[in-house]
Amino acid sequence: MGQDPLFLGHISLGVVLIVVVKVLVAFVALLVSVLLMIWFERKIISDMQNRIGPNRAGPYGILQTLADGIKLFFKEDLIPEKSDRFAFKLAPYLTVIPAFLIFTIVPIGGTVHIFGHVAQLQVADPPIGILFLLAMSSVAVYGTMLAGWSSGSKYPLLGSVRASAQMVSYEAAMGLSVAAVVLITGSLGTRDIVNSQMGSFFGIFPKWNIIRLGIVPFVIFVIAITAELNRPPFDLTEAEQELVGGFHTEYSSIRFALFFLAEFMNTISMSAVIVTLFLGGPDGPNLGGPAWIWPILWFLIKTGAFLFFYVWVRAALPRLRYDQLMDLGWKILIPISLAWLLLVGAMQVSKVYGFVLFVVFLIGGSVLYRAVSIGRDNDSDVETITTFTRIKFNDETSIEGSNEGDN
Amino acid sequence: MEESLSSLKLLRQSDRGELTMVKQVSSGSPNKASNPSKDLLSKEVEIEALAAETSEGSQEMFERSDTDMVEFRRESGSVLRIAEGAILDSSDIDVEVSEDETMIINMGPQHPSTHGVLRLMMELKGEMVLRTKPVIGYLHTGMEKTAEGLSYIQGSTNVTRMDYLAPLHNELVFSLATESLLGIDMPPRATWIRMLMSELNRLSSHLMWMATNGMDLGSTSMMIYGFREREMVLSFFEKTTGLRMNHNYIRPGGVAADLPDGWYDDVLAICQTIPGRLDEYDEMLTGQPIFRERTEGVGIITQAQAIALSASGPLLRSTGVAWDLRKDIPYLAYDEVDFDVIVGSVGDTFDRFAVRLAELRESVRIIAQIIEKMPEGPYRTLDKKVTPPPRKRIDESMEALIHHFKLFTEGIHVPPGESYVAVESPRGELGCYMVADGSAKPFRMHIRGPSFVNLQSLPTMMAGSLIADAVAIISSIDPVMGEVDR
Repeated sequence: MGQDPLFLGHISLGVVLIVVVKVLVAFVALLVSVLLMIWFERKIISDMQNRIGPNRAGPYGILQTLADGIKLFFKEDLIPEKSDRFAFKLAPYLTVIPAFLIFTIVPIGGTVHIFGHVAQLQVADPPIGILFLLAMSSVAVYGTMLAGWSSGSKYPLLGSVRASAQMVSYEAAMGLSVAAVVLITGSLGTRDIVNSQMGSFFGIFPKWNIIRLGIVPFVIFVIAITAELNRPPFDLTEAEQELVGGFHTEYSSIRFALFFLAEFMNTISMSAVIVTLFLGGPDGPNLGGPAWIWPILWFLIKTGAFLFFYVWVRAALPRLRYDQLMDLGWKILIPISLAWLLLVGAMQVSKVYGFVLFVVFLIGGSVLYRAVSIGRDNDSDVETITTFTRIKFNDETSIEGSNEGDN
Repeated sequence: MEESLSSLKLLRQSDRGELTMVKQVSSGSPNKASNPSKDLLSKEVEIEALAAETSEGSQEMFERSDTDMVEFRRESGSVLRIAEGAILDSSDIDVEVSEDETMIINMGPQHPSTHGVLRLMMELKGEMVLRTKPVIGYLHTGMEKTAEGLSYIQGSTNVTRMDYLAPLHNELVFSLATESLLGIDMPPRATWIRMLMSELNRLSSHLMWMATNGMDLGSTSMMIYGFREREMVLSFFEKTTGLRMNHNYIRPGGVAADLPDGWYDDVLAICQTIPGRLDEYDEMLTGQPIFRERTEGVGIITQAQAIALSASGPLLRSTGVAWDLRKDIPYLAYDEVDFDVIVGSVGDTFDRFAVRLAELRESVRIIAQIIEKMPEGPYRTLDKKVTPPPRKRIDESMEALIHHFKLFTEGIHVPPGESYVAVESPRGELGCYMVADGSAKPFRMHIRGPSFVNLQSLPTMMAGSLIADAVAIISSIDPVMGEVDR
């Protein structure tokens, strides 16, 4: 504490004020955008499904979420008797706080000049930026896991087991695809990542990571993020049809609302992170007017496109099964992202190495694919039998005897 | 823990008198706050009493040690009537699961995807289902007994509430059973109207199934689309019968009213719209890798198993048995229309989906033929003992007045005898067994509900699948609990 420049008096009040204002603005903006996001999702999905959607509270039903929030706030807060009370109360906060903290490292725009200070439009730019993102999304797993476990009920338990397994396995694929970004940027800070994506190839193609890295890490990252967010089609942890409500089955009132707040906050934060990592963040052409406004607008447009994408996916796709989800994560995404990471590394060292490695991967991958498919064909008739459970029966004769009685 | 378990077992066997005693003990425990251990004990007793009170007795699933071998095999999916060697090869048996590793979980009766109040008790190992046992009776309303207190004229208001998604089929089978005892002939228009309405009802029921099945697999859009198309059919029903459900339209002696003006155009519009929409479903679900992975190879039931479990309808046809009562025992005028019986090949959830999707197309084909062939003439039988005279005749004829009076005070007198009539409802063979004793009320009426019979194939399909599959499998049977419990 004693070494902190804040307490040594080296930092002026203006800087402190700017930080406080930035935090407040970010927090309020995130909350408001959650309200809008829920309304947006419900409106878009109802358009896609030939419904009207919310249209009562406020113009075009835009205040519906607020009304829902107020309703939930005044509901009775139930804590199940069998629950672990401390963990039960803690869990919603463990999901909300990381969701907000992830947003703090996202650069929203360029720089602005306030009161003679130069301020970046970003709450914080820690040198460990991306590690912070990974750490926070890991902490969010605890919220989900504790919520299910502490409820003292079977369905939430199943939901939380699914959640922790799902989030942990997709974290690996996500980390590997982020590593490719870090490799090409040479820095963990989000501002550096954004800055390195400025400019263009041949004046036409933007120099964004989605193009620089090939599209693969981007696709893997988007899939992994969707799983990490528990959004459809990976919303197994809260599959209403299977697990009633998943980990938040036993929650009510404001705690229940907090889970939804966290989910939508995470959706927005992660969309912003995708934009930052792969789509150049606030990068975009300046089309006239004040210079500081265009980066913000570009950022919002890109993030909005991803939010729309998530809604679209939700309307179009059914839900995956748990084992299929794990297969996708471990058998497809992780190997591909690992191979691609090696490729990007080799390209960094030398173009020749890169292309040689690419050919090696191409040949090796096709040989492996062929081997796996041959193995599958040979295995297929065995597999159908093993899908049935085998249970030991000691008493064969008693079955025969009771058969007649049964008929 | 051991003690509480054994006392629980005792409580299960105990009668209601003992139960109230336990309750009194629990509520009478003094100063709860000061004595936590006593409080905990009374709580435990209270929970046990509650468990005993809500217990369904032998209908429930018990721990492995408490289950006898026959029951155990049934729950784990053996079909007892087939030679056991065909189902379980003893050389395959290699797993012995201990009780610590498994968990018995209740799915329902208040679960979002059990299609009403079906309760499944499942033994899980992780997410894998080892044993399943359906517990039914939560919607039991005694409709079969009620039918004995209602006259034949009133009867169809009762049966229409059984399978609430296919009410017209229920009315149809009840009317056909009554008419077979009466020995009256139907005018052709009545027969064709019945056929039109029941085929439209098959359409609405299958569309509803598409909707709920989509919902169960997490495809929320499909749910809305299914309901949207069903709405078209239902609004035609409303126009014809006055109601969207529980029509009481098909009655012994004919139908309640003639088709409304403009019926041809309405039905034609349905026939023209639905096939295009079905192609959209095809694109949305059949062409969807996630959907296929979720349904293919899930909940397989073999032909022999399905027959042994007396399954019928799409469930049986998905295994490749071309058993459709419309073709095999034609009723109404189904032998005069041209249609195909759809069969599957594997007997998995996807096949049941595909069979229903193709059946929708066949239904549209049948309806298109019906509206072209619809004959003119009376829409109910002209037998004076069955059909009340029109209002005008009552003013003119004394005989008509007497008939009217007798019909609405006593009802139709059905000659003694018994008969069983079956029709192909959207869910399978819907049968009505009727015993008449010469009075105006049935002596006994029994309904063979296809949902009820099909439900017993659940443990067989469920064994070895995951919880997520369980939802898909329940949905693929398409049970309507109103019909299961009656």
